[in-house]
Amino acid sequence: MSETERHDFDVVVIGAGGAGLRAAIEAREMGARTALVCKSLLGKAHTVMAEGGVAAALGNVWPEDNWEVHFRDTMRGGKMLNNWRMAEIHALEAPDRVLELEEWGALFDRTPDGRILQRDFGGHRYARLAHVGDRTGLEMIRTLQHRAVSLGIDVFMECKVVRLLQDDAGTVSGAVGFWRETGRFVTFATKSVVLATGGLGKSWKFTSNSWESTGDGIGLALWAGADLIDMEAIQFHPTGMVWPPSARGLLVTEGVRGDGGILKNRDGERFMFNYISPFFAAETADTIEEADQWYENKDFRRPPELLPRDEVARAINSEVKADRGSPHGGVFLDIASRRSPDEIRRRLPSMYHQFKELADVDITTTPMEVGPTCHYAMGGVRVEADTEATTVTGLYAAGEVAGGMHGSNRLGGNSLSDLIVFGRRAGLAAAERALGNPGKNEVSETQVADVTRHATSYFDNQGTENAYAVHHDLQETMQSLVGIIRTESELLEAKEKLAELGERAAKCVVEGNVWFNPGWHLALDLESMLAVSNCTTLSAIERRESRGGHTREDYPGFRPEFENVNMVTRLVDGEYTVAQEPKPRMPDELAKLFAEDAH
Amino acid sequence: MAIDTGSTTSTPPAPLADAGPQELVMRLWRGDSSGGRFEDYHLPAQEGEVVLDVVHRIQATQAPDLAVRWNCKAGKCGSCSAEINGRPRLMCMTRMSTLPTDEPITISPMRAFPIMRDLVTDVSYNFEVAKQIPAFKPGPKDPDGVYRMAQVDIDRGQEFHKCIECFLCQNVCHVIRDHEENKPRYAGPRFFVRLAELEMHPLDTLDRREYIREEMGIGYCNITKCCTEVCPEDIHITDNAIIPLKERVVDSHYDPIAWVGRKIMGRPAPLPASEARKYTGAAHPQPRRGDEAAKPEAGPDAAQPEAGPDAAKPDAGPDAAQPEAGPDAAKPDAGPDAALPGPGA
Repeated sequence: MSETERHDFDVVVIGAGGAGLRAAIEAREMGARTALVCKSLLGKAHTVMAEGGVAAALGNVWPEDNWEVHFRDTMRGGKMLNNWRMAEIHALEAPDRVLELEEWGALFDRTPDGRILQRDFGGHRYARLAHVGDRTGLEMIRTLQHRAVSLGIDVFMECKVVRLLQDDAGTVSGAVGFWRETGRFVTFATKSVVLATGGLGKSWKFTSNSWESTGDGIGLALWAGADLIDMEAIQFHPTGMVWPPSARGLLVTEGVRGDGGILKNRDGERFMFNYISPFFAAETADTIEEADQWYENKDFRRPPELLPRDEVARAINSEVKADRGSPHGGVFLDIASRRSPDEIRRRLPSMYHQFKELADVDITTTPMEVGPTCHYAMGGVRVEADTEATTVTGLYAAGEVAGGMHGSNRLGGNSLSDLIVFGRRAGLAAAERALGNPGKNEVSETQVADVTRHATSYFDNQGTENAYAVHHDLQETMQSLVGIIRTESELLEAKEKLAELGERAAKCVVEGNVWFNPGWHLALDLESMLAVSNCTTLSAIERRESRGGHTREDYPGFRPEFENVNMVTRLVDGEYTVAQEPKPRMPDELAKLFAEDAH
Repeated sequence: MAIDTGSTTSTPPAPLADAGPQELVMRLWRGDSSGGRFEDYHLPAQEGEVVLDVVHRIQATQAPDLAVRWNCKAGKCGSCSAEINGRPRLMCMTRMSTLPTDEPITISPMRAFPIMRDLVTDVSYNFEVAKQIPAFKPGPKDPDGVYRMAQVDIDRGQEFHKCIECFLCQNVCHVIRDHEENKPRYAGPRFFVRLAELEMHPLDTLDRREYIREEMGIGYCNITKCCTEVCPEDIHITDNAIIPLKERVVDSHYDPIAWVGRKIMGRPAPLPASEARKYTGAAHPQPRRGDEAAKPEAGPDAAQPEAGPDAAKPDAGPDAAQPEAGPDAAKPDAGPDAALPGPGA
């Protein structure tokens, strides 16, 4: 491994989902030489899985909607843990970013007068999600992909980044990765790096995430010395498929509920009325009659099926635990009795297809069986709200890998808008930094050699440890001990087990050679997954309250002393550490928007 | 380098004597660009599995280095294309219960693309074609700054946008499946769908007809509909995309009435292919290290004098931007037509 392939750029974007593509487009338009590096083929990133829509207060369906209402919904959905400035920027800029997609060729569903149609989703006061049936993410990634290709951006596909490179002052100077096809190493020398690596669900057993979602950006940031925040805030989406076993965890879009779908237990009871927390009581319908009128008339209060995701996931969990669940351990999601077959097929074509093909269930006649699935990380790399700069100079982060925007719980539809709002800002700031520092790119050959030596060390390991087995055990551990409901004794047990798993992972033996070798790729991905799992567990121990996606059986409910603190995890002398640090304080003129809330 | 997947007779039949009703025999292609063979894997059947699940079980328990490309496992990303019992399909959307288990189930890589390893092929041809597609070029917005389109006018475009780029249509297209030499001058069904979506987009203003005829090779397609048959998204590739595209191209080029109309009425001729080419990604690569002096290529920007000057853009930096104004306030025209600045601009 003496000579590695070497490339020079101004900006290297790692990850080619919505955030990475948008960052690369912005950097290129600024005039920066830009590379886009991704683990899969271009256009396959997890963004394609996003179904329901992209949230933006366009006001096309409800003129009453505006950025302040969107901002307020986002903060309340996040249980006020959000970085207020990110939530503000997001609500302000999302409409422009959505309209920009249209300028680049996207075809959103239309209102009768020809504008972008918007749909209802949980936690959003008004119908706010621009969408394309239930395949909005595909539309978004393809639009951005075409735009990036037309700008001549260099794309490094099926290339996994192993470590970042830094100069003596700690400033990012590059990255080392390898081509998955050949195993050959690649060195990128660059002024700025944007992390846009997406999610981290593959540490859990039941997840809606694809194989790529191993939290690589979390690992890269942590190893480079960057801070992470609120890693305990993991969203378990309330409606994943529970049957057949191989499809367990696969997402069932919240659009089903936005379009009228309701949740029922084994006894046919519409149980969500029993789970309306005081925090949302004022804005949630408490009778079926009122709930059913809301779809057409927003003067009524919202059905409880459309409470934020954390509330609904906990309710389903409770029903199943109380033995009122469906035959395969979920509950029933019923759209069949609520909408006509034609309407269901038109509004939810992917869901119709998915259940028909994978479960042999016709959702126009039969209720779906659904249960919570690990879906999204609200926490992530700590960034400065306006520029997405991390605590490491030259390193930026945008999209799911970054923390702060969504607080302790993300509203549906706010993820796609997050990608394009903050992807663009990260690309802009990364390019400005690069163009303002015109010197020659330098990387340390010693660092490069260290990375390649480490990455190939798995081929020299002796013994019988196997990456697939370690991954299996990691997923079992996180699912059972750091899942949707947590308690201190189990979290401490998880911490012990993660230490053992870390030792086992380092001893993984890789068979075969470096050519497209999934066993080797998994061994390297495990490094990121372990970083994620350790940080999540430490933060979950430290946050002794229940808030959003973090539910502690031993500390139910909010506790005021935790409302204004982020859980900050970082590596100190090779050890994972956690600290409580104050989060940025919202200015009074914004705080006014919440004045009438009692909490 | 393409392998013969039409036949598995080169491998001796698997011993089926002790294969009870619950045992699966999976016959997988193993090998690389230098050659390979089918290998049999025996494992117990499990309830509700798709082909990709079984391949993953083989990977986890018997062949850790088995190469297979996949992502979403939900039929949405189009990564796990392969030929299952000779039929091009997505592995994640093929339920095991739909396949006969009294004989081995054969899985081989797509045949139209070079083998990388095992079930993974080199599909870079498709990404090269993508760089040759002249980009979307919208006309002006309505006076109130909004684009209006009727749903009925975008239904067809939305059908084309369902494409998940699994490349199964490219894999079965006769023009390239057994004729590697045609690839440089033929875009293939996936990209005819892409071109059709651009040509039929209500807002698009670019004329790609000559380009499609001269450089995308649409004339090679003899509408056998193989692409339509394998499309997992049920896009009517031939009827809704390729045939209308062929008609447009023919109308623009050969129609004598249109020719007379152009001569007499002064109607504009179809845009020359060389002009449409300027809107492709291939037309403006990024400058390499060492050629900082290189001029920006003539791209879409060159043809767009109305494009807003990008010099205004740095003002919209994240620090300067007031949220109320929005960082885009400084570049109202910046959109698809925004100029590509040169290095160091």
